[in-house]
Amino acid sequence: MSVLVFTENWDGKFKKLSYELVSYASAIAGMMNRKLTAFTIGRTGEEELKELGRYGADRILSLVNPALEVMDNRAWAKVIADLAEKEGSKVVVFSNNMTGKALAPRVSVRLKAGIASGVSRLPVSTEPFTVYKRAYSGNAFAGVVIKSEVKILSLAQNSYEIIEKPTGAIPETVEVEVDPSLAVTTITETHKQTGKILLTDAEIVVSGGRGMKSADNWAPLVELASLLNGATACSRPVSDEGWRPHEEHTGQTGKIIAPNLYIAVGISGATQHLAGVSSSKYIVAINNDKNAPIFEAAQYGIVGDAMKVLPKLVDAVKTLKK
Amino acid sequence: MKIVVCISNVPDTTTRIKFLEGNASIDTSGIQWVINPWDELSLTRALELRDDPASGVKTVTVAHAGPASSEPTIRKALAIGADDAIRVNCEPADAFFTASQLAAAISKEGFDIIICGIESSDFNGSAVGGMISEFLGIPSVSSVSGLSIENGAPVFTREIDGGRESLKVPVPCVAIVQKGIAKEPRIASMRGIMAARTKPVRVYETVDTDCLTEIAGFEKPAPGAACKYIDPDDPARLIELLQNEARVI
Ligand SMILES: Cc1cc2nc3c(=O)[nH]c(=O)nc-3n(C[C@H](O)[C@H](O)[C@H](O)COP(=O)(O)OP(=O)(O)OC[C@H]3O[C@@H](n4cnc5c(N)ncnc54)[C@H](O)[C@@H]3O)c2cc1C
Ligand SMILES: Nc1ncnc2c1ncn2[C@@H]1O[C@H](COP(=O)(O)O)[C@@H](O)[C@H]1O
Repeated sequence: MSVLVFTENWDGKFKKLSYELVSYASAIAGMMNRKLTAFTIGRTGEEELKELGRYGADRILSLVNPALEVMDNRAWAKVIADLAEKEGSKVVVFSNNMTGKALAPRVSVRLKAGIASGVSRLPVSTEPFTVYKRAYSGNAFAGVVIKSEVKILSLAQNSYEIIEKPTGAIPETVEVEVDPSLAVTTITETHKQTGKILLTDAEIVVSGGRGMKSADNWAPLVELASLLNGATACSRPVSDEGWRPHEEHTGQTGKIIAPNLYIAVGISGATQHLAGVSSSKYIVAINNDKNAPIFEAAQYGIVGDAMKVLPKLVDAVKTLKK
Repeated sequence: MKIVVCISNVPDTTTRIKFLEGNASIDTSGIQWVINPWDELSLTRALELRDDPASGVKTVTVAHAGPASSEPTIRKALAIGADDAIRVNCEPADAFFTASQLAAAISKEGFDIIICGIESSDFNGSAVGGMISEFLGIPSVSSVSGLSIENGAPVFTREIDGGRESLKVPVPCVAIVQKGIAKEPRIASMRGIMAARTKPVRVYETVDTDCLTEIAGFEKPAPGAACKYIDPDDPARLIELLQNEARVI
């Protein structure tokens, strides 16, 4: 009778997101007076696994089987649902990232468990089980009552604090069974960029819009992002124009991000753009139109020409670093 | 080969969302209903494949679970170019219920590939596509940003952290798509609008399923603090505030 949390690993490593998830699930386990089991799929080093115990995991499981090397949604979901049944889990927590979105709905059907996706806060009550989730692309929160016996939650990234609560749990490796007829995904090609801070992981994001005027003006924006250890992003028209790569497009039809700091340069602040960035902790707007809607979403603003302001910001950050 | 595109009916994203007294439900007056933006893109991609004789895709069917009042959205999809449509006559109350209705109706129709969007822009559930595939017990590929047909079999591009991969799964299968699947949504031509009037929409009654969730009410996000303006000639001040006040750098 546990709370179960799926902690994805990336080539055997966890990320901040994994610890947010464990912290969140641990708080729920506390509310329900249950133990927390954290698990991952695929080989992960002992020391890395132990880390999960620092944030409240009472049990740590590493599920292994060669057939799970490639993520096949159906095969993985079955393994997760089997584990939840074996554990008698009442709540299963996922991240609301790409992997969570791929797996949670399938697990939901297997366990006949209602799902609340994109939650950013703890449940307001566990009996009935009521939790608020993001809706209308960030324009509202919906209170969802999950009526099924088992509940599935997926946590929005960067929405819950990491809380230390060491348990000293010793990780266990579990050889799981996989029905070979389920694992049918074959990968034919992989492209990965390395060495760059991923937009979805970045705590600071500097983003440019049509106000940047052309593909040639991006150097100071990129420099600012790199000085701040951040990632670069853009609005949709910018990626449509080919000024910046498509992976950088944020908004309703692009990536949804929630960094600590989002600096929007020459972006008007259309609702579809804000849908992807409004969960950022702080938004800075730099725009030469004082009436641009982005200023309504921002906590800090500079009304001015991006081409003049950006180099000065770069200098200011350089001075700070000295 | 037959592709089924699931479309949900959502408020136009430029509509300001308002709630009725007590925040129990949204105020639907004055809302313009549209095809969910993702589903418009998946429909576009499905039609591109159908229009390419080499792909082997013969028909594109749109599927919707919703009341008769959402027929205009279905007709719009037919006007854009879908061959026919199915509608499950119901109030799509929760993802589990909706997905089980769609799965039941679609399996009666037959299909090779079902395409769903990554999320509906209203409730942001990101659930229906994955649930349909599990109800049908078939493979699903998510985060799909590219779909082509090679030698009669689908080839997918899937977005992964920091990159993408090409992959295959056998049909029948479900593709859950996101940005990249098509560039611009196809729009209806005058001829398409005329033709849509007579295209078949088959209506299914619901199968017996539970709703596992319920909406208790809505909350508007707390209004953010007013914007603090910084002199454009003194950006160093911004850096100082970000460091000492917001503490984010
Ligand atoms: C279904 C749908 C989905 C969409 N999805 C997305 C999405 O996911 N993401 C997205 O971004 N958009 C999306 N859009 C488009 C969105 O509606 C806006 O058109 C878009 O966000 C505008 O981009 P922008 O702010 O870069 O450009 P603009 O709206 O053109 O704004 C440019 C801004 O730059 C300012 N500016 C100009 N010159 C300067 C200068 N020298 N210095 C400083 N500022 C300057 C201007 O004052 C203006 O505010 C979507 C639209 C639809 C219909
Ligand atoms: N009522 C519905 N009818 C048909 N398809 C739907 C419906 N609701 C959701 N979908 C499909 O499921 C996808 C994800 O929706 P959701 O799980 O609601 O975020 C959408 O992009 C549609 O493809």
